[in-house]
Amino acid sequence: MLRIENLHVEAGGREILKGVSLEVKEGETCVLFGPNGSGKSTLLAAIMGYGHCTVTSGKIYFKGTDITDMEVDERAKLGIGMMMQRPPNVVGVKLGDLVKVTAGNDSSILDKAGEFRMENFLERDINVGFSGGEIKRSELLQLTAQKPDFVLLDEPESGVDLESIDLIGKKVHNLLYEKKCKCENSKCSRHVSALVITHTGQILDYIGADKGYVLQNGVIRCSGRPTDLLKDIRERGYKECITCRAVNIQE
Amino acid sequence: MQSGEHSGVKKALEKAGAYGPDVNLDNYEVGSSDVEKISSLQDVDEELKKTMIDVGVTTDDENRDGSIMFINNGMSHCSNKAEEGVELLSLREALDKYDWVKDYYWNAMDPEKDKFTAKTFLEDSDGYFIRVKKGYKAKNPVQTCMLIKSKNTMQNVHNIVIVEEDASLEIITGCTTDKHAMNALHIGVSEIYVKDGGSLSFSMIHNWGSDTVVRPRTTTILGKDAHYVNNYVILNPVGTLQSAPTTYLNGEGASCIYNTICLSHEGSEIDTGGTVIMNAPNTSAEIMSRSINQGGNIIARGRLVGNCPGVKAHLECRSIVLKDGGITLAIPELESSVADVEMTHEAAVGKIARDQIEYLMSRGLNEDEAVGMIVRGFLVGSIKGLPKNLEKEIDDAIEKSNLGN
Repeated sequence: MLRIENLHVEAGGREILKGVSLEVKEGETCVLFGPNGSGKSTLLAAIMGYGHCTVTSGKIYFKGTDITDMEVDERAKLGIGMMMQRPPNVVGVKLGDLVKVTAGNDSSILDKAGEFRMENFLERDINVGFSGGEIKRSELLQLTAQKPDFVLLDEPESGVDLESIDLIGKKVHNLLYEKKCKCENSKCSRHVSALVITHTGQILDYIGADKGYVLQNGVIRCSGRPTDLLKDIRERGYKECITCRAVNIQE
Repeated sequence: MQSGEHSGVKKALEKAGAYGPDVNLDNYEVGSSDVEKISSLQDVDEELKKTMIDVGVTTDDENRDGSIMFINNGMSHCSNKAEEGVELLSLREALDKYDWVKDYYWNAMDPEKDKFTAKTFLEDSDGYFIRVKKGYKAKNPVQTCMLIKSKNTMQNVHNIVIVEEDASLEIITGCTTDKHAMNALHIGVSEIYVKDGGSLSFSMIHNWGSDTVVRPRTTTILGKDAHYVNNYVILNPVGTLQSAPTTYLNGEGASCIYNTICLSHEGSEIDTGGTVIMNAPNTSAEIMSRSINQGGNIIARGRLVGNCPGVKAHLECRSIVLKDGGITLAIPELESSVADVEMTHEAAVGKIARDQIEYLMSRGLNEDEAVGMIVRGFLVGSIKGLPKNLEKEIDDAIEKSNLGN
């Protein structure tokens, strides 16, 4: 689904990613761990194609196509969707209008807003004055309208109260597992692929994760079973994790 | 007119407008007031119908309490479905019918203001007269259409609007040129009176030719607790347009909102804005200007004057610059002659933030669509109380403008 080869990315005049390679297979959910400032969000932004990240070398392949130089909207049309951690305010543009346009002008999507507790936000300017949890629910409503084949989730549980975490977790679960595989095999269990950034691992209570990567200082230091990695990080911090355990599950 | 009479006004024929490039009135022929009468707006030809719809004027009677149409300088159509509360006449008819109309005639506006008012005064120009009777609340808008149909023509109309005590009305006025009459001059002098407790929403949509010269002159006077909303929309190319309406809040508790929505194209020279003078206690005003510059010259002015305690007023001039080559100038001004006022202003000029465009693109919109959506939101979404039908006009103009390039 997604393959990244030796990716170097600059942002704000500084090299942030220094040769990242990873792969997310079809139907797979991968988790990206790493301390603050390690380059996780930059990696997701580079995959989406945001202009503040410049790829200086390396390649990004999606569904077999080289998307390294592709525009953001072309990547979205190919099936990539992103839940940003801090999306920009878009003054004057109503959330409901964007959700509707994203769903291909299908207004029936707006009926789903209640499920996300966003029914009173459809007439509000996007993200303006939204709380942490409201931003997450708004992003998930937009992604539900978009129906991507692959989602980038940047800290879906950060800044969210406990009650909202449950709703957000379930909605992320639906986003990944509700979309039916288009292949002819009726028993096919493949679902939407994902690359998820999490610090706390709370989101993993709601979605199964196949593989974890630890990113530090712009390079992948380690990969392994997400639950094992998380346990080590919790117990010994990133430093320990990286030095003591170089489990490499490069299948 | 005897010689020596109105010598001050005649002298004012030489007086250039306070803002905007000077205009030689001799380059234009005063438009005829002898025009064809149209009994139903549905009878106009398809091409004209489309021109009218583009400025918010509907040709069927639906959702309108009345319609007035001027072609050049003559009234071509007048229909009224709300005669019980609304009176629609030409100004000349009104002056003939009621002796008291003269008290409103050149009262709010000084004919010596500049050459445009002077010319209109000396030509004894006709225009529309709209009166809403005391206590009457009109259900649907009244629409007026000012059309210039001949080239090298000067349209110089003089309008009076009176909203009597506790009455309310919405007026939509569309001003436009026939496609064969691009080189023309439009002067519209409007004197608007909103009496105690009255309410008026006045939306003006302009759609001119790329070399039309436009000089509206509007003064509004508000009584106690009166409310006035002025929406001004210009989205298509124009030669030079200069407009600076003034509203006087003379009654306690009166309030006024100006919304200006403007798209400036390459070759267009636009100078718009407004002044609100708060002469009574506890009056309030808001001036909101939103403009997009696509390579033309645009000046957005706003001036708030507080002369009484308890005045609250806010002014915003915001402009998005999409292309190099033109000039964007925001001039917000606040003036107070007393201590107990609360007056603020904000001004901002710049491009659309790239992260906003990309955020929408990440949902599958292409760059044009993303810019269009943000521009529409900037022009329409951030202004409250804009009539719904205006939003459609704005959408159409944005679509035509190919903003992403």
